[in-house]
Amino acid sequence: MGENLSKELNLNIKEFKIDLLKNGSDPGALIPLLQSAQDSYGYVPEKVINYISEFAEIPAAEIYGVVTFYSQFRLKPLGKYIVKVCEGTACHVNGAKSIVDMLLNELGIGVGETSDDGMFSLLSVACLGCCSLAPVMMVNEETFGSLTPDKVRKVLKKYRQK
Amino acid sequence: MVEVKVGLGTCGISAGGYTVYDELKIEKDKNNIDFELKETGCMGMCYREVLVEINDDNGKWLYAEVDKAKVKKIVEDHLISGNPVEEWLVKIGKSESEDPFFEKQKRIVLRNCGEIDPNSIDEYVGMEGYSAIQKVINDDSPEEVIKSITDSGLRGRGGGGFPTGLKWKFTREAPGDKKYIICNADEGDPGAFMDRSVLEGDPHSVIEGMMIAAYAIGAEYGYIYVRAEYPKAIERLRTALGQATEKGYIGKGIFGSKINFDIKIKEGAGAFVCGEETALIASIEGKRGIPRVRPPFPAVKGLWGKPTNINNVETLANIPWIINNGPEAFASMGTEKSKGTKVFALAGKIAKSGLAEVPMGMTINEVVFEIGGGIKGGGKFKAVQMGGPSGGCIPASMGDLKIDYDEITKTGAIMGSGGMVVLDETTCMVDLAKFFLTFTQNESCGKCTFCRIGTKRMLEILEKITLGKGEEKDLDLLEELSYKIKESSLCGLGQTAPNPVLTTLKYYREEYEAHIRDKKCPAHSCAALIEYKVIPDKCTGCTLCARNCPVDAIEGSVKEIHWIDPEKCIKCSLCFQACKFDAIEKI
Ligand SMILES: Cc1cc2nc3c(=O)[nH]c(=O)nc-3n(C[C@H](O)[C@H](O)[C@H](O)COP(=O)(O)O)c2cc1C
Ligand code: FES
Repeated sequence: MGENLSKELNLNIKEFKIDLLKNGSDPGALIPLLQSAQDSYGYVPEKVINYISEFAEIPAAEIYGVVTFYSQFRLKPLGKYIVKVCEGTACHVNGAKSIVDMLLNELGIGVGETSDDGMFSLLSVACLGCCSLAPVMMVNEETFGSLTPDKVRKVLKKYRQK
Repeated sequence: MVEVKVGLGTCGISAGGYTVYDELKIEKDKNNIDFELKETGCMGMCYREVLVEINDDNGKWLYAEVDKAKVKKIVEDHLISGNPVEEWLVKIGKSESEDPFFEKQKRIVLRNCGEIDPNSIDEYVGMEGYSAIQKVINDDSPEEVIKSITDSGLRGRGGGGFPTGLKWKFTREAPGDKKYIICNADEGDPGAFMDRSVLEGDPHSVIEGMMIAAYAIGAEYGYIYVRAEYPKAIERLRTALGQATEKGYIGKGIFGSKINFDIKIKEGAGAFVCGEETALIASIEGKRGIPRVRPPFPAVKGLWGKPTNINNVETLANIPWIINNGPEAFASMGTEKSKGTKVFALAGKIAKSGLAEVPMGMTINEVVFEIGGGIKGGGKFKAVQMGGPSGGCIPASMGDLKIDYDEITKTGAIMGSGGMVVLDETTCMVDLAKFFLTFTQNESCGKCTFCRIGTKRMLEILEKITLGKGEEKDLDLLEELSYKIKESSLCGLGQTAPNPVLTTLKYYREEYEAHIRDKKCPAHSCAALIEYKVIPDKCTGCTLCARNCPVDAIEGSVKEIHWIDPEKCIKCSLCFQACKFDAIEKI
């Protein structure tokens, strides 16, 4: 099983194991380990959970418990373009709802879903940290501020044509 | 040498800061000019990003809203020919007059933010950096440090306002061979960015604050628990820690003493409740972040069961300043029970959205109007929301209220961690209460029944009201549920979750009643309770609205007055936003 996992992940698992030996049964390194799995795969695959479970002797159910508790972790792969629309307070009072509505309309998917063609995933986040540009959304690493529904349409068009 | 600094906090980066930085570099090389190009953190004026500061013999010149196109002119006119481009300047050379945005501020926590390059430990050291930790190691006993912090009157900036010196004393006195210090950089309030800006702009000040705290309580290990959503802050923290380790400031035998100190960064994984100290500890231990009953407090039994002191980012960034300037200097600012300054993230319907640090005791009106420039677009000031999902709304009529922990608590809101969202007449208070409850309902960890189910029931009632289906008795039920949830929740999340509802019910009950009795939303915000209409006198028949309507609900041809079919209209507001002649109204 280990050979199917990325190199980086294997490395981290080794470190995790060392940590584990050092700290007895302290599972303090579980979250960083899952974060590194997600960095490598874009999500936390089932096989990784099973592997960690076997290797670190933590019941898989407990790992699932941690994975599903934190909104950062995903059990399914995401689309090519990840649209993160901000629904923080500043964006909310500056009209985030019309932005979300437009995204739902244009993408034809719900929040947390990925389009069938694997192009877009839509996520809602609380504060992207640039409230002065509210309402804001991010597509992968790029930020778009002072949005209007019309601007959203134009941004999506640009990505569709890429 | 002439210095050119580009504000590269998340705000500056989002506005295109790196494009400006790169362009400056290209121009510099192309024209072969001798100036030092530097990165710096958030300068505070987020509403005018990208900001570029030129520091030359004639003083400091701050350019606002710089983009790629403007760089060329600034380089040619200012840097080559020595003629500053007046029309783009906010701060003008040696002139005394400051932009009112800065004039009223007192920068202690933000002393280096937007001044120094956060990636350079030498620049931090140049600003008295790491002198406070050396001073305490050489001259003060841990007890003396604790006394200084107690005398300064510093209270926790993470929201609770607990006296920092006292908390340190408890952890110092708790029996145990191993102790921990944790920096809480989870910043969960969804509209606040003070801690992020400090970490991005001046990471060393937080590290030094942690070192002093560690010395005072007797800890050799520290953790910084930072939101994974703050990649830039994490990157700069890692750089700063690397530099401090390399210089031997952290590690074994720091500054020639016998003291060891090490810091690890833990990335949070996206759960609001993990800002609560016991949940945060569970999360560092690799578990689900679920709070536990206190006592025992973390000071006695914290991380891995050992005495642990948790402080917020801003609390810690104050520490080196207090040691360097003395507790009296800190205590001379503020009110009787709230000393020093507070950093606020100004956002919402405010003209000058950004980061402002003000002395405690300043009034809300001063912050909103004198620093924040009043309401964006000339609207009418309605309220400020402080404390995010745990806080509440303070109405404009109480604008003379002083910023002070206890004064603010009396209104039903809380000081919180520093989010200040300004609202105008277009904000519906019922909708805002619903917004926060949606958030807390989502983020409730589910351990306590009242918090898990009670918030859900409250949310359902609020939804009913905003849909125009509310009943008179709903308001009493909301209040009853609020008090039950407050009483029977274990942690601060549940105990404070009803605050946004309670404060809006207290100050804006008539708005709730209008939704219930008249089926009207006075702020014209709740979609189910408004109608869009074309104002015939203003309509020019440009067809823009009809072209924007996603459901073909607008009829009319070129140069004809248009008409919105109320049966088909889905109230998406697109026509309202698209119309260039203000010819569509909400009623
Ligand atoms: C639901 C909840 C969320 C919290 N979120 C934060 C946070 O994001 N940042 C923070 O510093 N404190 C937060 N706190 C407060 C912490 O529990 C703790 O009181 C604080 O970190 C102590 O530091 P201080 O004394 O320096 O303020 C939160 C508390 C609760 C109940
Ligand atoms: S609330 Fe949207 S960026 Fe802060």
